[in-house]
Amino acid sequence: MTDIYEILRGQKDADGNYQKKKVIVQGITGKYGSAHAKLMLDYGTNIVAGVTPGKGGQTFEDKVPIYESVKEAVEATGAEISIVFVPAKFFLGAAKDALESGIKLLVAIPEHVPIRDTMEVIELAKEKNAIMIGPNTPGVIIPGLIKVGIMPATPFSTGKVAVLSKSGTLLYEISNNLTSAGFGQNITIGIGGDPVNGTRMIDAFDMVKDDPELDAMVVVGEIGGDSEEILAQHIIDTGFSKPIVGYIAGRQAPKEKRMGHAGAIVMGNYGSAESKISMFAKANIPVAKRPGEVAVLLAGKMNS
Amino acid sequence: MRLLEYQAKELFKEFGIKTPRSISSKDIEKGRKDAKELGYPFVIKVQVPVGGRGKAGGIQKCNSDDEFELKYPQLLNMSIKGEKTRAILLEKMADIEKELYLSLFLNRSKRCYTIIASSEGGVEIESVRNQTIREVGLGDVDAQTAKEVAKEIGLRDSQEEQFVDMLQRLSKLTIEKEAELAEINPLAILKDGTLIALDGKVMTDDSSNFRHDELQKYQEKSELEEQAEKSGFSLVELEGNIAVIGNGAGLVMSTFDLVSDNGGKPATFLDVGGGATTETVYEALTLISKMKRVKGILVNLYGGIVKTTTVAEAFIQAYDNKLIDIPVFARLMGTESEKAKEMLKDTKTKMFDSIEDAINGVVMEANK
Repeated sequence: MTDIYEILRGQKDADGNYQKKKVIVQGITGKYGSAHAKLMLDYGTNIVAGVTPGKGGQTFEDKVPIYESVKEAVEATGAEISIVFVPAKFFLGAAKDALESGIKLLVAIPEHVPIRDTMEVIELAKEKNAIMIGPNTPGVIIPGLIKVGIMPATPFSTGKVAVLSKSGTLLYEISNNLTSAGFGQNITIGIGGDPVNGTRMIDAFDMVKDDPELDAMVVVGEIGGDSEEILAQHIIDTGFSKPIVGYIAGRQAPKEKRMGHAGAIVMGNYGSAESKISMFAKANIPVAKRPGEVAVLLAGKMNS
Repeated sequence: MRLLEYQAKELFKEFGIKTPRSISSKDIEKGRKDAKELGYPFVIKVQVPVGGRGKAGGIQKCNSDDEFELKYPQLLNMSIKGEKTRAILLEKMADIEKELYLSLFLNRSKRCYTIIASSEGGVEIESVRNQTIREVGLGDVDAQTAKEVAKEIGLRDSQEEQFVDMLQRLSKLTIEKEAELAEINPLAILKDGTLIALDGKVMTDDSSNFRHDELQKYQEKSELEEQAEKSGFSLVELEGNIAVIGNGAGLVMSTFDLVSDNGGKPATFLDVGGGATTETVYEALTLISKMKRVKGILVNLYGGIVKTTTVAEAFIQAYDNKLIDIPVFARLMGTESEKAKEMLKDTKTKMFDSIEDAINGVVMEANK
């Protein structure tokens, strides 16, 4: 499997510092893309190029060169990470451009990407041995080092807990609580709220589980699909022994209604909160009743 | 989009999948004409976007004008699991020998389509026994695969041929309409040996709506839901009296759970989207102001980047413009929250530091 830590931070240098990996921003001149490119730069993310067809040759914020295509941007910079802000209907083209140009980690921000387009990009990513996070994800952050996403900086602090979340705002809320309780984060990955994800819960788990700097994990799920159930079974099968705490949103949601996220829908028992919570119980993962309880349960697990 | 049975059957017909003769209507005048055209006996079927209508009495046999005049209005005015009747389908009864199950279903974890078939149909998918399951990538079913499935559920000769044809047509529909689910349940074998789709359920991918103008006529949205969509919100309307507003689907779901846990009854699930501004919150309050049953508004915003003062401004404008006069219970995370509290001091908006306290407040208000 492609190593997400290798892509995001590489190996430590002689002084014990991780590398500042290069990042491309696709859609850097759009309203949303430019606002978040600035926030990522403020965080210290090493943005080396932007891509906007028709605006090649210009610069962003007087320092980041803009290219016509990812191919040109990669040739000029050698970056392996790209974050995509283009509108959903142009996502397929933008993602192909990135993956065919050697991008190894594609962070797909847009919401409302058609599922068939996502599935096509996933096939291509597999072929190219690349990772796609999203679509409809807040992105990925290694606090203090690199932010490739739209998450605010304030909830996160450096530490040893990995947070995997389908929801964006719940990721911020829960990370904020963890930070307040003294549990900084090793990495947080937004799985995304779509029915089909480039990086599934189980993939994200496998990416982070062996990191020597990881002490615990928090899994923030929601109704829809069965990725939480599959993750729980995988945790049982692999015998992963570090503390894990869960949270599932949508316990009281009506059936057969999409609750905001395209993927948040219960069909019969498929995707129900009860199904997820009972599988978590089998895997010995306590599930918080409210977001604020996650840090409390984690503290309990860490001390037991 | 979750298509109603009659809409799913229109697609079935378009793709050459056999269905019983049926006509849909939304009022009794049209219904009477349909009844005459169809001829008794037939079944009257409520069209609702939720399962379990048979058990709830939403499917009734009808043998005469008298029965029709009695049952049509009853069914038109009923609601099932909170869903009002959207339309009525009159359908000729079929002479059934056996009921099977067939669907093409997007398996989200495996990220591929799967065929699910069974020789025992007519019940909800969870209760369907002896399922035959085949993974078929992006949904394309070749003749060989279809034949294997037919054989596995015990079909032979003409019935096998009909099944293969039907499955391949269903596959074509799934791909062309970008369906997440296309289900024929029950798929009936009639006494004369014909295979026919007795009921149908199709769910299409809302994100692909922009390339399916032809499906827009099937959108069954309330006026409020349509306005919400224009504003870029996602809104689910429910029967309670507490309007729940927040940013981000997960956070709103979580708030919704806690309101219900504490004995409150949500009237909305309203997600204004990841960001929140004065304008979006004002828009959300505008939508809520149109719902007369709402007694309290609960706002839960996590604005890491957003200033809470810009959101507080929306509440002040809403009261100044007399848009709303019911109390708002708000928990706003973000910068400048002390200043925001000061701004709202003399208004009907109460600010809370914890969501639990805000929920207690709104539930008490709504249950007054």
